[in-house]
Amino acid sequence: MALTTLRPAAARSRGTLHTPGRPKRSLLLTIVTGIVLVYSLIPLIWLLINSTKSQGDLFSTFGLWFGSEFNFFENLARALSYDDGIFLRWLGNTLLYVVAGAGGATLLAVLGGYALAKFDFPGKKAVFAVVIGAVAVPGTALAVPTFWMFSSMSLTDTPWAIIIPSLISPFGLYLMWSFAKEAIPADLMEAARIDGASELRTFWQVCLPLLAPGTVTVLLFTMVATWNNYFLPLIMLRDPDWFPLTLGLNQWNSQAATAGGEAIFDLVLMGSLLTIIPLIIAFLFLQRYWQSGLSAGGVKE
Amino acid sequence: MSSKTSRRLLTGTALALSATLGLTACGGSQNPSEAAAEGGELTIWAWEPTLDAVVDAYEAEHPEVKIDLVNVGTGNDQYTALQNAISAGSGGPDLAQIEYFAMGQFELGESLAELNEFGADQLASQFATGPWEGMSTDGSVYGLPMDSGPMAMFYNQSLFEKHNIQVPKTWEEYAAAARKLHQADPKAYMVNDTGDAGFITSLIWQAGGKPFNTQGTEVGIDLADEGSKKVAELWQPLLDDELVAPIASWSDQWYQGLGDGTIASLVTGAWMPANLESGVPDGSGDWRVAPMPQWEDGTMATAENGGSGLSIMENSEKAALAYDFLQFATVGEGADLRIEQGAFPATTKDLEDEKFLNRKFDYFGGQQINKVLSESSASVIEGWSYLPFQAYANSIFNDTVGKAYIGDTTLGDGLAGWQDDLKGYATDQGFTAK
Repeated sequence: MALTTLRPAAARSRGTLHTPGRPKRSLLLTIVTGIVLVYSLIPLIWLLINSTKSQGDLFSTFGLWFGSEFNFFENLARALSYDDGIFLRWLGNTLLYVVAGAGGATLLAVLGGYALAKFDFPGKKAVFAVVIGAVAVPGTALAVPTFWMFSSMSLTDTPWAIIIPSLISPFGLYLMWSFAKEAIPADLMEAARIDGASELRTFWQVCLPLLAPGTVTVLLFTMVATWNNYFLPLIMLRDPDWFPLTLGLNQWNSQAATAGGEAIFDLVLMGSLLTIIPLIIAFLFLQRYWQSGLSAGGVKE
Repeated sequence: MSSKTSRRLLTGTALALSATLGLTACGGSQNPSEAAAEGGELTIWAWEPTLDAVVDAYEAEHPEVKIDLVNVGTGNDQYTALQNAISAGSGGPDLAQIEYFAMGQFELGESLAELNEFGADQLASQFATGPWEGMSTDGSVYGLPMDSGPMAMFYNQSLFEKHNIQVPKTWEEYAAAARKLHQADPKAYMVNDTGDAGFITSLIWQAGGKPFNTQGTEVGIDLADEGSKKVAELWQPLLDDELVAPIASWSDQWYQGLGDGTIASLVTGAWMPANLESGVPDGSGDWRVAPMPQWEDGTMATAENGGSGLSIMENSEKAALAYDFLQFATVGEGADLRIEQGAFPATTKDLEDEKFLNRKFDYFGGQQINKVLSESSASVIEGWSYLPFQAYANSIFNDTVGKAYIGDTTLGDGLAGWQDDLKGYATDQGFTAK
């Protein structure tokens, strides 16, 4: 009722008054977002352009335009075959760490978050405090203590040293916890129980589908974290056969830095491009879940 | 003296013990060629790209041997990995590539197998003096040289011609050329340097300095000796007048500078051609090689810079097999394969080989650069030694000497500061520093 009386006024001063559904345009904001867009896209464009150059062109031609030869496919072939195709091995390792690490972390976060949101048990507050505290500790700060722990268990230099620490995602758990609290009505669980469903079935068939947007959000978070993980593998791994892409690319890059080492900046750039493509694809596909996941619980209905 | 003998005795016993253990455990032979015939698996840690072909050739000749060539990182990254594997007591390789300057650290840690029992000490005459001295201490051989780095001057001839600059024969002329070039083109520099311990120590070496000497647990460090002084006096005016490009060697900016004429020359080791060809392909045809600038006109004295050998690790259980490969790679067919791919040899036979000397390099405008480099190899000043902790020493070089490059202090003061730091470290490590 109140809305209808207001409408004529809004129509008269369109463009100056903010009305819901028709966001106000701001020149300043356009410029600021424009700058941010350019800032975030230029490195990507630079990478795309320079991945087409030969080692020689890289250093003798303008950075933001193509060189004298178009070497994209040659670079691609060489990057994939250099040093007996070690790049593919590193890609496989990264996928393994992401699937086992990020996948496992998501699973644990969903299970834990659901349990913490929907069940009461003694010590819940303490768990909450620990999880919140853990969110504040950056993984990098824990890398060295983790190394000592794994070293005493003789697990360093094995894939387990990367997968096991990746399984724990306090932030993911916290996110699932608050998401599950809002997304699953208690009445629905009651109804399922009254209908005779077991706890497992209630979780699996009733609650899990409701948790999907949150699950995808956590999956994206943990995926990106594992995919980009550098410091932990750096101190855990010695055997290049177990390197993830991040470490491998760094090794290629530092190869140019000594007598008798072969400079392969062209392959480093191609490798970097190949490394970010899967993440971009994952984001494009999962973006809508991610958005609805983040805003869930933001509005009281 | 007595600790030395007992150490040698101990190593000998340990080797003999591991040999008998090896014999009883898996019937492994202690004779290299027999071990190769029996076969087995070897792990090698190295970053040298030319070793790939050597491994393939060796495996083709010895079908029973399986070699795992692993690149665990370049230079210091590899030494860190190696040191970790040694302290962990497992997971290390049988053979490792080690640069000459870093050998002391591993010899001192008794991490390398002494190879005299395989007859390695009899190979001395086959290698150039510089690399050989790098791999052996007091008659004990701890590895065989793979390549060497006698120094020469690599320069961009088209840039020299453009600004009508003569190829300098002495350091005095070199400094004058640096001045002239930078005046003619303010963007061009004769040389780049942001403080590189390997470069400065090599210059001191060429100037006749012997700042480091180690005898047992006594380490002498004198970075104010005649040679060190000469180098500081040569380089200081260049730094003062900003004639040295502030570009760190091996950075991507450096590769760029070598390609676009910002850096006109490099005084460095003979392995550089391969690096130039792969890193700066666009400079092809522009570059030439000349003898290293001399301190006095008409003389010929040079130094080594870089270069590495292969060593067998003390805790390798396949020392005999490893030695067979080592021989193949350094004095056998493997050496030829590596030279073909652009590695600079450490073997005197190859350094004097007509075919090697007459080889023309397209990259260097058809110049027979090996003649210059080989001559340099024969003129390396003998008797140089690095510190037993040179890798560490180099890593702290910029804390003191590095300051001279940003203008806070002089090179002489910087070297004195470095000396203090090194003596302190030596004492902390249980050496007697003089």
